[in-house]
Amino acid sequence: MPFIPHTETDVKQMLASIGASDIDALFDEIPVELRIGILDQVPAGLNEMEMSRLMHARAAGAQPLCFIGAGAYEHHIPAAIWEIVTRGEFYSAYTPYQAEASQGTLQLIYEYQSMMAHLTAMEASNASLYDGASGLAEAVLMAVRANRKSKSKRILMPATVNPSYRRVVQTIVENQGITLELIDYQHDAGCIDLASLPVEPGDVAALVIPQPNFFGVLEEVSGLTDWAHARGMLVVAVVNPTSLALLTPPGEWGEQGADIVCGEGQPLGVPLAGGGPYFGFMCCNLNHVRQMPGRIVGRTVDADGKPGFALTLQAREQHIRRSKATSNICTNQGLVVAAATLYMTLLGAEGLARVATTSHLNTQQLSEQLTTIEGVEIAFASPNFHEFVIKLSGVTSDAVLDALLAEGVLGGFNLSADYPALGEALLVCATETKTTADISAYRDALSRVMQTLKGGAA
Amino acid sequence: MSNTMQSHIENGQDGVIFEKSEPGRSNPCQAPRAVEGSPVIPASLLRKTVPMLPEVSEMQAVRHFTRLSQKNFSIDTHFYPLGSCTMKYNPRACNTLAMLPGFLNHHPLAPVETGQGFMTCMYELQEMLKEVTGMQAVSLTPMAGAQGEFAGMAMIRAYHDARGDDARCEVICPDAAHGTNPATAVMCGYKVKEIPTKADGDIDIDALKAAVGPQTAGIMLTNPSTVGVFERRITEIAKIVHDAGGLLYYDGANLNAILGKVRPGDMGFDVIHMNLHKTFSTPHGGGGPGAGPVGVSDRLLPFLPVPMVGFNGAQYHWLTKKERPQSIGQLSAFGGNAGVLMRAYIYARLLGREGMPRVAEYSVLNANYIMVELQKRGFDLAFPSRRATHEFIVTLKRQAKTLDVTAMDFAKRLLDYGYHAPTTYFPLLVPECFLIEPTETEDKATLDGFIDAMAKIQHEAETEAAMVKGAPYTLPSRRLDDVRAARELDIVWRDTET
Repeated sequence: MPFIPHTETDVKQMLASIGASDIDALFDEIPVELRIGILDQVPAGLNEMEMSRLMHARAAGAQPLCFIGAGAYEHHIPAAIWEIVTRGEFYSAYTPYQAEASQGTLQLIYEYQSMMAHLTAMEASNASLYDGASGLAEAVLMAVRANRKSKSKRILMPATVNPSYRRVVQTIVENQGITLELIDYQHDAGCIDLASLPVEPGDVAALVIPQPNFFGVLEEVSGLTDWAHARGMLVVAVVNPTSLALLTPPGEWGEQGADIVCGEGQPLGVPLAGGGPYFGFMCCNLNHVRQMPGRIVGRTVDADGKPGFALTLQAREQHIRRSKATSNICTNQGLVVAAATLYMTLLGAEGLARVATTSHLNTQQLSEQLTTIEGVEIAFASPNFHEFVIKLSGVTSDAVLDALLAEGVLGGFNLSADYPALGEALLVCATETKTTADISAYRDALSRVMQTLKGGAA
Repeated sequence: MSNTMQSHIENGQDGVIFEKSEPGRSNPCQAPRAVEGSPVIPASLLRKTVPMLPEVSEMQAVRHFTRLSQKNFSIDTHFYPLGSCTMKYNPRACNTLAMLPGFLNHHPLAPVETGQGFMTCMYELQEMLKEVTGMQAVSLTPMAGAQGEFAGMAMIRAYHDARGDDARCEVICPDAAHGTNPATAVMCGYKVKEIPTKADGDIDIDALKAAVGPQTAGIMLTNPSTVGVFERRITEIAKIVHDAGGLLYYDGANLNAILGKVRPGDMGFDVIHMNLHKTFSTPHGGGGPGAGPVGVSDRLLPFLPVPMVGFNGAQYHWLTKKERPQSIGQLSAFGGNAGVLMRAYIYARLLGREGMPRVAEYSVLNANYIMVELQKRGFDLAFPSRRATHEFIVTLKRQAKTLDVTAMDFAKRLLDYGYHAPTTYFPLLVPECFLIEPTETEDKATLDGFIDAMAKIQHEAETEAAMVKGAPYTLPSRRLDDVRAARELDIVWRDTET
C-alpha cells in the first residue's frame, strides 16, 4: 500500500491487541448513515513512474524570456540553497515547540531575524508571515493596535502601493472596522506628492509608504515619514528587500525612521513557482515588539548555562491568548525563510548590492532601448529601482503582450485595468538575470510588434 | 549581552553564522559580476552604511546550515507523534516533481496559456478536494490553515450581510477548540461564546441549545474533535445551528481520521478548511509554508476567495473578482502557496481513490493500538470509554500529583529516547495531557518502541523522578530558560556580542 508499512501479520496482531474484529470496527462510533462508498471523482492511484511522466509533460513547454515583475522577481538562485533547504531535517520538521529537539530551525530563524533587522535597520524582526500582501495587512492591523496616540482606525493607503496588496489588505481588515483612504499619485512623476497631502488630515493611525512603489519609482520616503510622524501617525514601510542593499533602509527614513517594515521576501532566493510559497517579512523597533504578530525566536541559555534558542513572547499568540491574540497566525513560512537566510548568507552585503545595482542598471538600459521605438514612451521621469512604466500609443497593451509572447517574450504587466488614467501602459522589469542580448531581443521584438500592429491598424 | 553568556565557540558548540564572518570574504561565483556605472538615484535616497550580513564562503555556509539541520528532529529522522499535526511521511516524489524547472520558473502573472500544465494540476486538485469533502466548490488560495479559517468565517459573515441579517454577532466555539478558532472569529469582527465538552468528549448539546439564537452567526467545530473522538451527534448539532439561522464551520485539522470514510459536507457543514500540510502530506518545513484550501456548500458558493481556477472546455483560466463579484476577495498577492498545492496534488494522485480511505483506516488503527497498549501499561486515558480516532489523549494528572512528574517532564524525557514528544497541554481542558497522533505511515515496531519508552519513563518517574525532571540530557540543548528569553530579549544578533 502506498506509504503504509503494515503487513497482514502486523494488522492481525494490532487488531487482536485492540480487541477489534477488523479495521472497520474501529469506525463504529461514526453513524452508519454518514459513511460513504467509493470516491468516484478521484482517479485511481498512479505509481511514481506514471506520475513522473505526467508531471514532466505538464512542466514541459517553451520558457519565454520574462520581463514581468509586479511583485514577483526572477533572480539567480545559488545552487546550494535548495539543496540544503530540502534536507529532510529542515523539510520534514514541525514548528519548534520542543526547543531542545529543534535547535537547528530555531537558530536559523534567529539568524534570519538578525539579517532582516540589519537589512531594514530596525531592532526586531518576526519569523515571517505568509507573503508580502498578507504581511501588509498584518502591518496595518498592528499599526492600529500600536499607535497609542491615535484612537483612529483610518489608514492612508497610496495608490502607488501594489493594487493586489491593497485588495488583500481590504479583505483582511474590513471586518474590523478599519478604513483605507486612498492617496492619489502625481500623474507625471508616478509617486506621492508630498505637497498635495492635507495639512490637517485628522486622526489617522498610519501612513503606508511603498519603496520602490508599484511603478518601480522611488518615493520621497524621508519627507513622507516626517510628515506622518508630525501628525501622530505611524509609518508602515513596504519595501523590496533586494533594493535595501542600495536604498536608504526604512529605519533611517526621516528623523525617526519607519515604525513597521514589511514586504515580500520572494526576491531572496525563492523561485517564482506560479506565485508561491513566498514569505512576508516584518520588522519593527523594540517599543512595538509586543504588538507584532507571528513567531519570534529569542536567544537564551539552557539548564547548563549554554546558549540556546526558543520561541519567545508567546503571550501574544493565539495558542495562549486565543480570542485576544495579536493575530490568528499560527505558522511562519519556515522553509522559505530558510532559503532566504541561505541566500543572504551566500551573497552577503556585497553580493546583494551587486544584484541590486545590476538589476537597476539593466533596467535603465532597457528603458533607454525601448523608448527609442516609435509609439513607446516612458511614463514617469522619476528615479526608479528595477521597474518602469511605458506608455504605448496607437495599440492596446493586450495586443502588444500577445504579439510579444508569440516572439517568446513576456513583455510586462498590463497596468490598464488597475490604472485606467495611464491609458495603454506596461510595467516592465529587468533583473540581473537579463543580459545585453536579452535586452536587445526585447527591443527588437517590441519594435517589430509595434510596426506590425500599427501597420495592421492603418 | 551579559557576561554569563559565553560564545558558542568557547563552549565547543557551533556559533551563529555571524561569528564565522570575516570582512572581505565573498562568493563571487554566486553573485553577478561587478558592473561599471553608478546607480541613477539621488544621493538622498541611497543607503549610507553597509548592512551587517555574513561574509562566509559557500562551504562555510553549507557546513553551517547542514550542521544546524542535524540539530533538528524531523519525520525523516524520528517518530513524531504530535497530536493534531499529522506528521506523516512526506513522499520524495512530491518534492522532486513540484520542483521541475517548468513549474519553478513560471511567473504568476504570465499569461495562462504559458502555464496550462500547472493550471491543470490546480483545477484537478480543486475537483478532488470537492469530492473528498462533499462540498460544492473549493478555492485553493488560503496560504495556511489559519487563513483558511479566516476565509471561512469571512464567508459566513458575507452570507449574513448579503441577506441583511446583520444582528448575528456571535460565533460559538467548543472550549476544546484550537486557539486559532476564537482568534479567527475575532478577526472577522465576531464575539466568541464558548460551550463546554462533556465527560465523554462529545459537545454538551443542552449547552449548545441554550447558546444558539438570533445572535448566532455560526459554530466552529472540528470532527473528529480536538479531544480525539468522533462527535456522534453531529447531524443533530447541524440541525440545531441551522434552525437558529447559523452556519457550520468545519476545522479540517483532523481530516486524516475520516478521509474517504465520511465527508464534512454530508455531516451538514457549510464551510471547511483543509490543512494540506497535514492530510495531504505537504512538508511542515519547520513551521510552514502550509496551504489551507476552503470548500463550501451551496449557501456560500458566491463568496469563495479568489482567484480560483476555471475551465471553459478549452483552457484553464483564473476566476477573479470580475467573474465572482460577491467573493470575499483576495487573500494573497497571487494565487496562494502554489508549490505546496502542487505537492498535495501529486500526493493525492499517488494515493488515488483507493489509497485515501486507507489513510483513515491505518491512522486510526495505529492510534487505537497505541492507546490500548498504553492503557495496558497503566496510563490513564482522558476518554476511556471511547474509540480513538487518528489521535487520542493520555492524561498524566495522576503522575503529576503523586510523583511530581508532569506531562512536560515526560515529553522532555521522550526526546532522550529518540521520540518527538506528543502535543502537550492541548486541548486546554484536559490537565497534564498528551495528544498522541501516530499517523498511518509508521510501522508497528516503531509504535512498540514508543510504547516501551513511555513505560520506561513511567518506571523512571517512580524511581528517579529528579532525573526525569532534568531531561533531556542527550540533545543539543538541555531545557531552555524561557523566562530569560522573554525578559532579556535577544532576538537580533548585534556586532558587540562577538
